[in-house]
Amino acid sequence: MTQLHLDAGKYAAFLWPAYAVTVAGFAWMIAATLLRARRWRREVERLEAARPRKSDGTGDGAA
Amino acid sequence: MINALANPHRFMAFSRWAAPILAAAAVALIAAGLWLGFTAPEDYQQGSTVRIMYIHVPAAWISMFSYACLGGASFFALIFRHSLADAAARAVAPLGAAFTLLALITGSLWGRPMWGAWWVWDARLTSVLVLFLLFVGYIALRASIDDEAKAGRAGAILALVGLINLPIVKFSVDWWNTLHQGESIFRAGGSTLAPVFLLPLAIMGVGYMCAFGALWMVATRAEVWRRRASSLALQAAFT
Repeated sequence: MTQLHLDAGKYAAFLWPAYAVTVAGFAWMIAATLLRARRWRREVERLEAARPRKSDGTGDGAA
Repeated sequence: MINALANPHRFMAFSRWAAPILAAAAVALIAAGLWLGFTAPEDYQQGSTVRIMYIHVPAAWISMFSYACLGGASFFALIFRHSLADAAARAVAPLGAAFTLLALITGSLWGRPMWGAWWVWDARLTSVLVLFLLFVGYIALRASIDDEAKAGRAGAILALVGLINLPIVKFSVDWWNTLHQGESIFRAGGSTLAPVFLLPLAIMGVGYMCAFGALWMVATRAEVWRRRASSLALQAAFT
């Protein structure tokens, strides 16, 4: 029960591409989401620094 | 809970700590699900291709759930003109499209050895393809209109009209004869799946849900910041 069954035999050509596509999909979603969040957080910080004013609480400094 | 989070300030404060917690839960659950999935025996008919189920089925669940989220957020944005709901709707569409595409591709890779075909125009596969096109259409429609308010309203109407596709996806295997197998998990009388397969699938499903929740929160935060930056840039232009 605790032994990993990694030998997919004749189905390896279908099993591993499915996992590879899933890993790639998750990597894209994570990278795109975090990079977009970082980009706009920095843009807000830059604009607020250029024009100091009372914060509205949305630029809380974390992605 | 939803009322409290409808306030952008509270949402930003809440999501700042909730998103990392959900992400950590997703990593732990997906790791546990994969471990259980790859230590379970092969299916006596499908062999090792049954392990595609652990990534295909949760992706399909999330594709439908994310569209329901898009529809719900669009409803609040359209009827109550709630800006955070509109931001959440815009943020969820690319994630929903990605999960739907993953469901389609992994399903194709599962279907080829089991059915002998990469693709068939049966009701389930076609309705999921329509779901993917609805996500892409929503993204394209919003991107094609410069006025953000008009883009939000047009996108919300499209998203709400597209909700009709969700029951079609869900019940397509009951309403029509399909090559895709019938419902085997959420059905009257209980799941027909053996517990040794059902447990890792359930854990992967919850793990995918946590991952989706974390990504949606961060994507919504990004959208709130983007709007804040646009507002600040506009103010700067007039001062």
